[in-house]
Amino acid sequence: MISSGFLSRLAGGSLLPVALFFAAMLAMPYVLPNPYYVSTLTLACINAIIVVGLNLLLGFAGQISLGHAAFYGIAAYATGVATATYGLSMGTGFFIAVGLAAAVALVVGIPTLKLTGHYLAMGTLGFGIIVYIFFNESIELTGGPSGMVGIPRLALFGHELWEDTEYFYVVAAALSLVLLLSLNLIRSRFGRALMAIHTSEKAAMCIGVDIARYKLFVFVLSAVYAAVAGFLYAHYLGFVAPSSFGFHFSVQLIVMVVVGGMASVWGAVAGAFFLTALPEFLRVFENVETLIYGALLVLCMMFMPQGLVGGLGALVRRLRRPLRGKAAPEEGSHG
Amino acid sequence: MVDEMDSSSFLQYLFSGLTVGATYGLTGLGFTIIFNTTGLINFAQGEFVMLGGMLAVICQAMLGLPLPLSVVLAVLGATLVGALVERIAIRPVRNAPPINLVIITIGISILIRSIVMLLWDKDTHALPHFSGTEPILIGGAALMPQSLWILGIAAVVLYALRTFFRKSIFGKAMLACSYQRKAAWLVGIGVEQMVLLSFMISALVGAVGGVILAPMTMTSFDVGILLGLKGFAACILGGLGNPFGAAAGGLVIGVLESFGAGVISSAYKDAFAFIILLLLLFVRPSGLFGKAEVKRV
Repeated sequence: MISSGFLSRLAGGSLLPVALFFAAMLAMPYVLPNPYYVSTLTLACINAIIVVGLNLLLGFAGQISLGHAAFYGIAAYATGVATATYGLSMGTGFFIAVGLAAAVALVVGIPTLKLTGHYLAMGTLGFGIIVYIFFNESIELTGGPSGMVGIPRLALFGHELWEDTEYFYVVAAALSLVLLLSLNLIRSRFGRALMAIHTSEKAAMCIGVDIARYKLFVFVLSAVYAAVAGFLYAHYLGFVAPSSFGFHFSVQLIVMVVVGGMASVWGAVAGAFFLTALPEFLRVFENVETLIYGALLVLCMMFMPQGLVGGLGALVRRLRRPLRGKAAPEEGSHG
Repeated sequence: MVDEMDSSSFLQYLFSGLTVGATYGLTGLGFTIIFNTTGLINFAQGEFVMLGGMLAVICQAMLGLPLPLSVVLAVLGATLVGALVERIAIRPVRNAPPINLVIITIGISILIRSIVMLLWDKDTHALPHFSGTEPILIGGAALMPQSLWILGIAAVVLYALRTFFRKSIFGKAMLACSYQRKAAWLVGIGVEQMVLLSFMISALVGAVGGVILAPMTMTSFDVGILLGLKGFAACILGGLGNPFGAAAGGLVIGVLESFGAGVISSAYKDAFAFIILLLLLFVRPSGLFGKAEVKRV
């Protein structure tokens, strides 16, 4: 039953767009042959994997996490320590990274998700800071503030992916799988339960949704997404340092979700791509970079509150309306 | 490491804990004032604290103004910035979902930080101590005169705010907004002015905290981040929405941090404060002095 439902949903909607997305990604290195663009695209895909997961938590279930960089970092360090320090295989590194992040998410999630609103924000924020300080201070394990070097490059079937383009294809394939899984998840019973929790926890409880379990599951799932991204990141750069996993990055992830548009899986991808590429283009302006980044953030939120995807959608509808005349139905997207 | 603690080091930790704790408390107070009128957590609160310290340094060291005048100008300058933030970025979108408003305040904090960095520099600066650096010896522990300034000024600010909220018509109107915005509007309170006022007061309180702390701990364009987080932790610890809880929460965090750094490990100083905070949140999800009715699932 479950599998046939899954297959019909797969055929009915998400497979084609994801396949198109993957095809577009495959074409990217030909459209933008500059290796610098390819590396930016790789980082954008890695960020998109985390942001799609965080969007399930924040956009769909309405639970904020201001400490998501911690799961990303835990996985990056775990696989780094496993493969570089202890010389374990890449596959073992992957299972340790994802397993550890999931276990931490479970242990932290059980008490933390009982908190609501600003208290939940504070709880997850505190967790993120504690993990960040741990990365900095447990010098024997993590190399401390100067970071950890010598993490091997990802190898698939005995083939090391030294070519940046090859690595990009692997990351794009991982993102496509994550997209496929998430698009199906939100259209399932599970996704409807999440949206019910977001709208009203009490109402969701009344219709028999096990709120605590769903919240915990989506929290752990989003941590697993972040862990997959952390694994890909560590074996891409070959180097990890605490500064990549601090409060700033957690905030940036939230911003990617919101700028992309909450409760939209494609919005999360758009937000991650846009905000990963933006600082790279602003680098020409040197110190003005952060200023423009901050200003764009404020302006985007003030004038495009539904995010990029929502904002463009509204623009398209507005342009279409005069063409259709009075017959055009009013779309109730502002409710 | 954990030997029997003698009374002089106990006092020493207590003094330094209360000193920084008072500024965390003032920052937390700023969060509370805005939260009460708008239901918004202003993530730029730490930047108001930074502005207090940095503007005072700019007036004193770069423009050569006398210290008291620099302090007053810095606090007024930060208050003006608070008003501008509300008018330009908050008021036009006041009906936006809370998460969008939070993102806007995060954007504002990035903006303020990078403007200060661009207009001045990335260096750390020190403000002179208000009345010398000759320590006062109490029970074998050294108390800096600046600590007395910090505790004294924090107490005065707290008392002034208490009087303001209890006695003045503006204070009462702001409290009314915090209870029921719609009802406050119906009885003729200008809710918009009250929101503007709350941004100005919280900027003022934050800047006072920044300006009195700057002589002790140095200041730079990016000190606002950690001070803001500690202030946020203080007001959560004290129970969100309770100004005096925030002040007390700040003192608790400052003292815990100081003892944690001295007795356990200075490297984990910041982690220690947050671990205690998390444990407390799990036991009492509404903070130390918050209302107990926060829903638990």
